[in-house]
Amino acid sequence: MKKPARVFSEVIKHLFKKPATCAYPFEPARIMPHFRGRIAFEQDKCIGCQMCVRVCPSKAIEIVLSKDQPPAPAPVEGQPAAPAKKLFDCIMKLDHCVFCAQCVETCPKKALIMTQDFELAHVDRKELRRHYGK
Amino acid sequence: MESILPLAYIIVFPGFLFLAVYGLLLQWVDRKLCAVMQNRMGPPWFQPYADFIKLLAKEVIVPDYAESRMFRALPFFAMAAVMTALVSIPVWTPGALFSFQGDLIAVIYLLTIPTVTFFLAGWSSTSPYSTVGSMRVLTQLFAYEVPLMLALIGPAILAGSWSVSEISAFFAAHPSLIPAQLLGFGAALIALQGKLERLPFDIPHAKNEIVGGQFTEYSGRLLDFFLLAVDMELVVGAALVNAVFLGGTLGLAGLAGVGVFLVKTLFITFLLALLKVLMARIRIEQMINFCWKYLAPVAMAQVAFDIFLKSKLG
Amino acid sequence: MSKITIPLGPQHPALKEPENFMLVLEGEQISGATVNLGYNHRGMEKAAEERTYIQDLYLIERVCGICSHSHTTCYITNVEELAKAETPKRALAIRALFGELERVHSHLLWLGVAGYEMGFETLFMYTWRDREQVLDCLELLSGNRVHYSINTLGGVRRDITAEQKAEVLKRIQYLKERTNYYIKLATEEPTVLARTQNVGKLPLDVAIERGAVGPTARASGLARDVRKDEPYLIYNELDFKVITHDSCDVFGRLVVRALELVESYKMIEQILNNLPEGPIAVKVPMRIAPGEAVNHYEAPRGEDIHYLKSNGTDKPERLKVRAPTLANLQSVAYMLEGGWLADVPLVIAAIDPCMSCTDRAAVWDPKKGKTQVYGWEELRKMSIEQYRRRGVDFTRL
Repeated sequence: MKKPARVFSEVIKHLFKKPATCAYPFEPARIMPHFRGRIAFEQDKCIGCQMCVRVCPSKAIEIVLSKDQPPAPAPVEGQPAAPAKKLFDCIMKLDHCVFCAQCVETCPKKALIMTQDFELAHVDRKELRRHYGK
Repeated sequence: MESILPLAYIIVFPGFLFLAVYGLLLQWVDRKLCAVMQNRMGPPWFQPYADFIKLLAKEVIVPDYAESRMFRALPFFAMAAVMTALVSIPVWTPGALFSFQGDLIAVIYLLTIPTVTFFLAGWSSTSPYSTVGSMRVLTQLFAYEVPLMLALIGPAILAGSWSVSEISAFFAAHPSLIPAQLLGFGAALIALQGKLERLPFDIPHAKNEIVGGQFTEYSGRLLDFFLLAVDMELVVGAALVNAVFLGGTLGLAGLAGVGVFLVKTLFITFLLALLKVLMARIRIEQMINFCWKYLAPVAMAQVAFDIFLKSKLG
Repeated sequence: MSKITIPLGPQHPALKEPENFMLVLEGEQISGATVNLGYNHRGMEKAAEERTYIQDLYLIERVCGICSHSHTTCYITNVEELAKAETPKRALAIRALFGELERVHSHLLWLGVAGYEMGFETLFMYTWRDREQVLDCLELLSGNRVHYSINTLGGVRRDITAEQKAEVLKRIQYLKERTNYYIKLATEEPTVLARTQNVGKLPLDVAIERGAVGPTARASGLARDVRKDEPYLIYNELDFKVITHDSCDVFGRLVVRALELVESYKMIEQILNNLPEGPIAVKVPMRIAPGEAVNHYEAPRGEDIHYLKSNGTDKPERLKVRAPTLANLQSVAYMLEGGWLADVPLVIAAIDPCMSCTDRAAVWDPKKGKTQVYGWEELRKMSIEQYRRRGVDFTRL
């Protein structure tokens, strides 16, 4: 059964409707909660186990020792000297990252956090190499 | 002053400048309407102008195997022919700038020239896509040209004149006869859609079949003028259909005449845009079938009806 | 009339991915067609041998953007088989749910592409607008629109909450209505019928002979569907029909895909309403015992086959992917011959080709003529020289 111009009524209806698209850079884009965006890092939780580095499919993470290490805690009388808690920096290469958030799941101390931040494009490639830490 | 005025007519209004600006505006109206009907946003109003200026600044590349002189000259031929056609079509006054008995035929032939230049453009650029495109241009020309002519003949017979201005004056004087031309008007619009190579008849440059068709090898300024010629053809085609079927400016002149002209061409653009969104592109052999099996008989019926009407009216 | 040979691709507006079809034309009709593969070879199978099983998961996902879940599910079934892991029922149900949502989004995408290739842009715009609904569902459930990464070794990564379930069901309801409209539109609009009927004929015997899979085979009347033939995940508990059509042309493929959409909606509702309780994942060791496994999966485009060989380490010894498009491409050359040039994009699109899936091995025939390979530096030098002749100096850039 042929009906010429079958889409006619739908087309005319849309003349009086708002467009379905949005002018994205000028309007905010709607994203769902728990969207997998940029990975953030909490330095004081990291124990430097390198699990995230091993599991990352695109080799986007590096965990390195921080430049400034905190001093060792003052020795307490009668106990062996406690070692200083080491601080680690995280280098996140956003141009490598595939935003799978596997590192977030693997991290035993929850030092890596998934954010909803997705507007990461940059003209300078160096800016994509985020150095988290002091 | 006497000699400057016609020159101003040709260059400024309703000549080249008006045609270019209005053509690009109609392109925007067309794109915007299609976008809205497809539930999109569509481009901002200055998009065609920005595109035009941007393309002007781009490098022109002429293929090594192309006939260089012809390749460069063709866009200007297309544009000149379209502009010449407008001179005989009434725009803002009941009569055209230069009107003579038989200018309807002249206009039809002037409007064929761009199509022929499209063919030559594709043929002279010698790449496979443009060769196929130009073959399609010619095949399509044979499909829509006859229905278009037949459709335009009907009103001419009724008005008893071969002059566009007189036909439009006739319909302005007898507006009750306009609805009687509905069949011919529809046939002319569909044939015009074919002439302008717009969906569903954009077969010669169907991008997902043969890339850019006849324009594949064109770039920069030359492509720009070709595209401008197509936009101008839209204005001239709309003006022609308006003058022949809808009584032109309805006898008004001056600003009111311009207003009527703008409203009517915008309306015709809307109808053309509607045709564009309603259908899928058809194959070239289906187009020929359609034009000869349905469109030409419809136009013929209109001519027969007009002859009958003419004998009744005396 | 003299014959001309037209290259369709590797760069062509009708093809979304690089692939080459050499068409011999007699006027508008095609007298011969050859398919050349290998423009999109990325060496993924080799790359998979260099990575651990969990890293491979995200690599395999990127074999294809549209059937990303199909590939990972097929791969992970192999891994779990080798590791002898007991995947929880709830995880299997969620995998099946994603598989069906993916089928919906792939088929809606195809419907739009078909509309675009036949020059029916309104259909294209409408279907892609509605496809956003299912993409939003996927984003809501998994956190991303295209690479859902829902699978993990031994289960799935995210659970489905009651609110999410309600939201998905609401959107599926909307999509159901729209799909019914598109089915009416595609089967009643004369220009669509003119463009699709009797185009790209693939008779049943040829379809069997050339090993067509998925909707392409089903539109030739071949009831071949892995979900029914050899149910995986929880498909044996779901109630659905295998859609076939016997018109053997592009129209049949359109109808099959449209009706499969309706079946998928049914399945999504069934899965969501009877989601088994329990954990969503079990632990799987990093090292997998030596062994071999082959599995197949009904991807939106057809049967997807994965072969996996493990060697006791945490990295696979060998991975082989046979994507559905490779099976269907054999039929394309047959379908193109004798047809019209205008139908080429539609016929190619009708198998829903995914070249990035397909190009896993490249064969190059050097006998075809002298081939010169230009490196980046040479190309740069040549272009600088070219522009210097025109009076533009780019050497300082």
